[in-house]
Amino acid sequence: MIRFNFKRLIIVILSTLIFTKPLLSAETIDPIKVNWSFKELTGKFDRASLQRGFQVYKEVCASCHSMQYLSYRNLGEPGGPEFTQEEVKAIAASVEIEDGPDSQGDMFTRPGKPSDKFKSPYPNVEASTAANGGAYPPDMSVLVKARPGGADYMYSVLMGYEEPPAGMKLDDGVYYNKYMIGQKIKMASPLADGIVEYSDGTEATMDQMAKDVTTFLAWAAEPELEERHRIGFKVIIYLILLTILVYLSMKKIWSRIDSEI
Amino acid sequence: MSDQEYTPKSKAGKWFNDRLPLLTLGSHLTDYPTPKNLNYWWTFGGILTFCLLTQIITGIVLAMHYVAHADLAFASVEHIMRNVNYGWLIRYIHSNGASMFFLAVYIHIFRSLFYGSYKSPREVIWIIGLLIYLLMMATAFMGYVLPWGQMSFWGATVITSLFSAIPLIGESITTWLWGAYSVDNPTLNRFFSLHYLFPFLIAGLVILHIWALHVPGNNNPIGIDLKKPSKDTVPFHPYITIKDAFALLLFMIIFSGFVFFSPNVLGHSDNYIPANPLVTPAHIVPEWYLLPFYAILRSVPDKLGGVILMFGSIFILFVLPWLDTSKVRSAVFRPMYRYFYWIFVVDVLLLGYMGAMPAEGIYLVLARIGTIYYFLHFIVVLPVVGLLEKTDPVPMSISTPVLSSGADPALAKKDYDKI
Repeated sequence: MIRFNFKRLIIVILSTLIFTKPLLSAETIDPIKVNWSFKELTGKFDRASLQRGFQVYKEVCASCHSMQYLSYRNLGEPGGPEFTQEEVKAIAASVEIEDGPDSQGDMFTRPGKPSDKFKSPYPNVEASTAANGGAYPPDMSVLVKARPGGADYMYSVLMGYEEPPAGMKLDDGVYYNKYMIGQKIKMASPLADGIVEYSDGTEATMDQMAKDVTTFLAWAAEPELEERHRIGFKVIIYLILLTILVYLSMKKIWSRIDSEI
Repeated sequence: MSDQEYTPKSKAGKWFNDRLPLLTLGSHLTDYPTPKNLNYWWTFGGILTFCLLTQIITGIVLAMHYVAHADLAFASVEHIMRNVNYGWLIRYIHSNGASMFFLAVYIHIFRSLFYGSYKSPREVIWIIGLLIYLLMMATAFMGYVLPWGQMSFWGATVITSLFSAIPLIGESITTWLWGAYSVDNPTLNRFFSLHYLFPFLIAGLVILHIWALHVPGNNNPIGIDLKKPSKDTVPFHPYITIKDAFALLLFMIIFSGFVFFSPNVLGHSDNYIPANPLVTPAHIVPEWYLLPFYAILRSVPDKLGGVILMFGSIFILFVLPWLDTSKVRSAVFRPMYRYFYWIFVVDVLLLGYMGAMPAEGIYLVLARIGTIYYFLHFIVVLPVVGLLEKTDPVPMSISTPVLSSGADPALAKKDYDKI
């Protein structure tokens, strides 16, 4: 009787399944792979890029996209853009926040404080949908985590605007973007060379802005990333050392009896 | 329970133990005679206890900050992630902990299948274990609904709608489960309540599971009955505790890898989109650990038939001890069963993969083949193999594995080396 090697059979079947998956999945193009500074195990955000990315968000994205789970104080916290406290206060104070009711029962507006949440461009989803041709601009707080390709996908969509292929008819207010599912998007290309003037003197090319704003969005979605990586390393090193000690103890204890373990 | 009666040395200890014999129980647990040849597949019981406790502790803390309301749930999860001290850590341990729990339970179940741990006299341990597994699936499913993202909402819609397949009363049952005419705030509220309750039911069943285990004692890789205590057994403490601790630490390293370096890789990105009853995701998929059953459900063209087969695929496990006709427990001495065991493993993995793919074309065909084979394994293969198979000679004890009695000693030795 032929002895099948079942472990090998399992490996062959599984690898066949895994490698045929990309070939068979829906007609989307794989996003551009960018070598993000925050991608590796010890990855950190590029501070300057985060600050520039915030500027792009504030001057371009924020006119349509909310970021309702972030507070202005987050901009000064460790692991983020790390603006100074004065800069954070100035950023917050630059927006008018509706507060109240006051002791007379009236709502009033006041300059923003670091503890305020990012001000949304529209009062509600319906208003933003109506103002954007029936397509709701998604909240950007966790957008990078909410898309399969993450930061790579976000960058690719920003860079993926092209003339539609011949024969493809697009309605008014619909644009061709080769990285979107279905290749159609209701947002016009938000970036163009030089639309932002970086305060640190970096040249605001489209590619530079796309990278900066994506870095900023990646931080917004995972503000804990740097701390998580740092603690993770300590935890795993601790566990490995403890495992070695426990292994040696185990060998010693089991050496009292004849059995192998 | 213990063979020799335990008496505490101190007077206070004796006074207490006479009234509530907790110290006797402790003594039983530490002295508990355990087969000395248990391999690392046997360490998953301890690992699972760790998983349950981790989920309960992190879950209790999360419940202090989470708000079970359709309008606030998503935001409260983001509040935990951003504003609660180490909230991200607690939540990532809890969400990845569910996956690690299922990884461990599947290894535990497949260990039982390989070494025949479900067979007489351990049927009750097996059945209690299956009840734990059922409760785990229900708990995990309801927990996945709580963040109220797109997959939460649509997963809940798909699974609860299954009950509408029941003839006549199906629709009413579904409405009753929802507490509304669709998945809505009342559904979220009751899921949160039950998600908090079930882990304690699981904990109760775990105690029964261990109690039932301590009556016949552990099965072991060669699947023979042992005289306890004897040369073949070791006291649970320190021999098994230290070995379990070592395995648990290795498990925790992998666990930490997920929590700290890819906390979202096992989840679905759609669940970071707030639930929207008006937008259906392109592919609604459950968490990875439910995928084989999802594949079985979708492989049947008829809704009621799919539901029956899906539940049947779990309930058939309850009668497994009576479907397997072989008296030999361990697959080490069952050359024919060993092959079918691995085919079955591949079949379940295949079903899991098909569950993640769209139910169309070649995927649907493969899912159907996989489903048919799943049931054939239990209904045909196990009873027939047990009757036809010529098993290898089983050793009399762990200490004296090589036998004479007309068997081929080289073969027995070879099989023993595999243990």
